[in-house]
This record gives sequence, C-alpha cells and structure tokens, in this order.
Amino acid sequence: MLIIPCPHCGARDYTEFRYGGDASRPRPAHGTGTVNEWHDYVFVFDNPKGIHREYWQHVQGCRQWLVVERNTATNELSRAQLAREATRT
Amino acid sequence: MKHRYSAAALARHALTGKPWPRAWRAAPPKTDYDVVIIGGGGHGLATAYYLAANHGIKRVAVLERSYIGSGNVGRNTTIVRSNYMMPGNTEFFEHSMKLWEGLSHELNFNVMLSQRGQCVLAHGPSQFDVLARRGNIMRLNGIEAELLERNEVKALLPYLDYSAESRFPIYGGLLQRRAGTARHDAVAWGYARAADDHGVDIIENCEVIGFERDQDRITGVRTTRGTIGAGRTLISVAGHSSQVAAMAGLRLPVESHLLQAFVTEAIKPLVDHVISFGAELFYLSQSDKGGLVFGGHIDGFNTYTQRGQFHKVQNVAECAVAVMPSISRLRLLRHWAGIQDMTPDGSPFMGRTPLANLWLNGGWCYQGFKATPAAGWCMAHTVAHGEEHPLVRHLALDRFRSGNGYDEYAHGNWTYKQ
Ligand SMILES: Cc1cc2nc3c(=O)[nH]c(=O)nc-3n(C[C@H](O)[C@H](O)[C@H](O)COP(=O)(O)OP(=O)(O)OC[C@H]3O[C@@H](n4cnc5c(N)ncnc54)[C@H](O)[C@@H]3O)c2cc1C
Ligand SMILES: [Zn+2]
Repeated sequence: MLIIPCPHCGARDYTEFRYGGDASRPRPAHGTGTVNEWHDYVFVFDNPKGIHREYWQHVQGCRQWLVVERNTATNELSRAQLAREATRT
Repeated sequence: MKHRYSAAALARHALTGKPWPRAWRAAPPKTDYDVVIIGGGGHGLATAYYLAANHGIKRVAVLERSYIGSGNVGRNTTIVRSNYMMPGNTEFFEHSMKLWEGLSHELNFNVMLSQRGQCVLAHGPSQFDVLARRGNIMRLNGIEAELLERNEVKALLPYLDYSAESRFPIYGGLLQRRAGTARHDAVAWGYARAADDHGVDIIENCEVIGFERDQDRITGVRTTRGTIGAGRTLISVAGHSSQVAAMAGLRLPVESHLLQAFVTEAIKPLVDHVISFGAELFYLSQSDKGGLVFGGHIDGFNTYTQRGQFHKVQNVAECAVAVMPSISRLRLLRHWAGIQDMTPDGSPFMGRTPLANLWLNGGWCYQGFKATPAAGWCMAHTVAHGEEHPLVRHLALDRFRSGNGYDEYAHGNWTYKQ
C-alpha cells in the first residue's frame, strides 16, 4: 500500500491522488528553448531506480499539488511538500 | 539437434530411466564474442537463436543477470495475436504470428500454441465501427478477421453478460481465430535450448554493470562475472532499458512501470477463447490448469518494485464481473507483477543507438510476448546487417524528434496525465 503524507490532510491512500510524473526537471519558459530541449523535456525520462521527485495531486482531498520523494526500488516515501513551496533541486 | 525430443526419445527415456540431458549448457563466459546480448528474456534468446540459425553468427553470448525465465517472459498472460492496424505494426505482428505457427517444429520444443481465437468486444456502435475498420485493414493485409454482431458473439461466448442490466452491453466483436495463447516458459526454454544447440553461450547469474568503450564505440561489457569483449552489443532487458542504457551514458524516452496479472482458482473448462473487454483495458482467458487468467492496465506510476497495488486488484475484479457476472464468487488465487518499459507512444524501440556497435530492443510493454519471435527475427537481421530490418523501421529511437511518434493504442507511459 502506498500511503502519501499530505501536508494538509495527513496520511492518505495513494488512490486519492492523481500522479503527475517527474518533478525534477523544470519546464522551459514559453517561447524559449530549442526543439531538442523541448524534445528532451517532453519525451525523455531519467527513470531512476532510487529516489524520484514527483508530482501528486490530492484530487479527493485538498486538491493541492504535492512534490513527493519516493524510492522507486522500494516505494518508500521520504518527503512530501506542497508543490508551490518545493524548491527545485 | 544433439538430443531431439520425440515420441521415440520419450519412450526410450521411460524404459531406460536415464536422466534427460540439460536443455542448455551452463556456459562459462569467454573473453569475447561477435555479439553480446544483454538480457536472457524471450527477446534476447530469440535474437540469439536467429543470429545463429538465419545469419550463421554463432559466437554469441546471452547474459542474464538472474535465471532464464525470471523476467517478463515468465510473467505475462501469454496472449498472441496479430490484429494490429497501423502500417508497420500490421505486418510486423503478422510476421510474428506466422513464426508462432511453426515455432514448436522449428525449435523442437512444444510451445503449446493454442489458437483458440481472440475476440475484442465492442460496447456501442461507434466502437463497433472502429473494430470494423481494424478488421478491414487486417483483411486488406491478408490477415483473417471476422466482425461479429451481438447475436454472433452470444453464440460464440454464451457465458458473458447479455442481460438488460449489463453495465456495458455487448454490441459486437472482432474475432481473430488464429490468435490465442502460448506457454510462456516453453518459449524461453525452447529458444534457449535451440540457440545453445547452435553454439550460443547462455550465461545466467551474470549482470551487466557497465560498458567498455573506445570513444563512441562500445567494445564490450563489464559484468559481475568479469569483462567480456563484444563486436556488437544488444540491449534487450525489457523493463530495465533505462538502467542499462544509462551505463552507456544514454537517456531514453522510457519510464519503467508495473503491470500485474491475476489467476483465479481452477474451474472446469468454460472460457474457450481469449476475450478482450472493450470498456477498459481488461482481458481474460482460461489456462490449461483451469484458472481464469486476467490482465489489466499498468499501476500508473513508475516503479521497479514488482509489487502490485491493491487498487488494481479491485479494478480488474470489477471488470471481470462486469463482463462475466457468473464468476463473481470465484476467488483470486494469485497476482504478480512485471516491470515493463513504457514509452510515450506505447511502441517499442528497435534499432540503432547514438553509439556505434550498440543496438537497442526496448520499450516493450503489453504487446511484447506476442512479438517475441518477430522481435528476435528482426533484431538478429538488424544486428547482423548493421541496418534495421524493414519491418521495424517505424520503431526508431529518435522518432519523437522528427515528429513520428507511433501511437497504435494510446497506451503510453502518461496515462496518468490524461
Ligand atoms: C503481467 C504481464 C502480462 C503481460 N501479458 C502479455 C500478453 O498477454 N501478451 C503479450 O504479448 N505481452 C504481454 N506482456 C509483455 C511481455 O511479457 C514483455 O513485453 C516481454 O516479455 C518482454 O521481453 P522479454 O521476454 O525479453 O523480457 P524479460 O523476460 O523481462 O527479459 C529481460 C531480461 O533482462 C534481464 N536483465 C535486466 N537487466 C539486466 C542486466 N543489467 N544484465 C543482465 N540481464 C539483465 C532481466 O533479468 C530479464 O530476464 C505482459 C507483461 C507483464 C508484466
Ligand atoms: Zn490533501
């Protein structure tokens, strides 16, 4: 069972959330970037076996977007923050 | 073949009580090979076999980090069919289907191909039209397909729900009679044994942990059993393509996702076809042991854990009962999972990489078992000739860069973004 600790709602089952994918790569600003940069942003994934920073939206709770750190080899969650407060690293 | 399997051999062994010889040698790694294949799943083994059998390239090693059959080749729901619609896929999967039809003889190993027929259900007129189109395209390509009206589906599959209360009423279906199932382990064992017979070294418990390179050329692999030189190297590791490609400094359009499969307690023979539900990604068949085998969608977030989430168990059980309410009292006995590559368009990558001498057969998800013979056939050709086989040219690794994403089913990794 994957349990996500929402900063607003507490520990909730992952089925209350919608997954939003890799949160570690910044989206190029509109009107900037080469085709290759956009290609890599849209289509290419680090896909790590280990710690992955990722978006989850608590659609059946507070509806906030979170940034969660999860180990993809074990599904252990180490951290969950509100996306707007999360710093990109 | 050194030890051919036959009725006579079976009788001889029964009478003498002599143990059967190993099906393939436990080959120790040599210092170098003409071709090194990373990954001893169905695809890697089939590629090795066709390299030797079709192209005379026999100094080949298959490196498997675990044991043969431990990957998705031994975890899938064993469905084989060739009812694909887009130019490229249609021909590729039909080539595979034809190879399946001769495979037990070719390998001298019974892969238990059961052409029981596969029926895709339509639950409304628009879905029926889409199936009609798919069937017409198949027939234009010389592949048999039958469009069935509701009453014809009912005659063929009387145990589904045709009641007025049905949540997803059955409107019609598309039947491919040559489709069916094959014994997945036998496919791995059969290709391994036949490749070994041609001199291919199958090296188990040998994990690739890095590459040897001379600038942009890959010259060998580092493994847990030492360094092995390679004229050409093929990555064929199913759900771990990103991991192995990263050892060569490559990033791929791939995420690794978990797919579960399910089997119920055994019942008497009832389901004599493979049935695909049309209202959700769900399908069912009955195994020779009597259990109903269910398959569904990926769990929906990238993971390497091989442990499915309960949510999917519920979802798949709901689909099963929606299409076949009579099985609602059956108990699920087991469920398990495999890690598969998911690509943005749900289609695999077969062919060159940016590095010389390094080839890729990856990105396989739901459709990879039925593809096994053709994937091996085409990859062997591709590696032997240094040029992609015509049947896989639509599957280039750089297709997104040129706007040529190849989306047959909208099955990509970002189902979670829809
Ligand atoms: C639950 C489930 C159901 C499925 N159902 C169907 C179906 O009904 N029909 C269908 O067509 N397809 C189906 N598939 C898909 C199909 O099983 C796969 O696409 C296909 O088996 C992948 O190719 P493979 O057999 O070579 O993979 P695998 O058997 O996974 O082989 C890859 C091998 O690479 C090895 N490996 C990984 N990393 C390394 C390394 N660093 N060094 C050495 N070796 C390494 C692994 O140990 C593994 O044995 C299903 C998949 C799953 C998980
Ligand atoms: Zn919340």
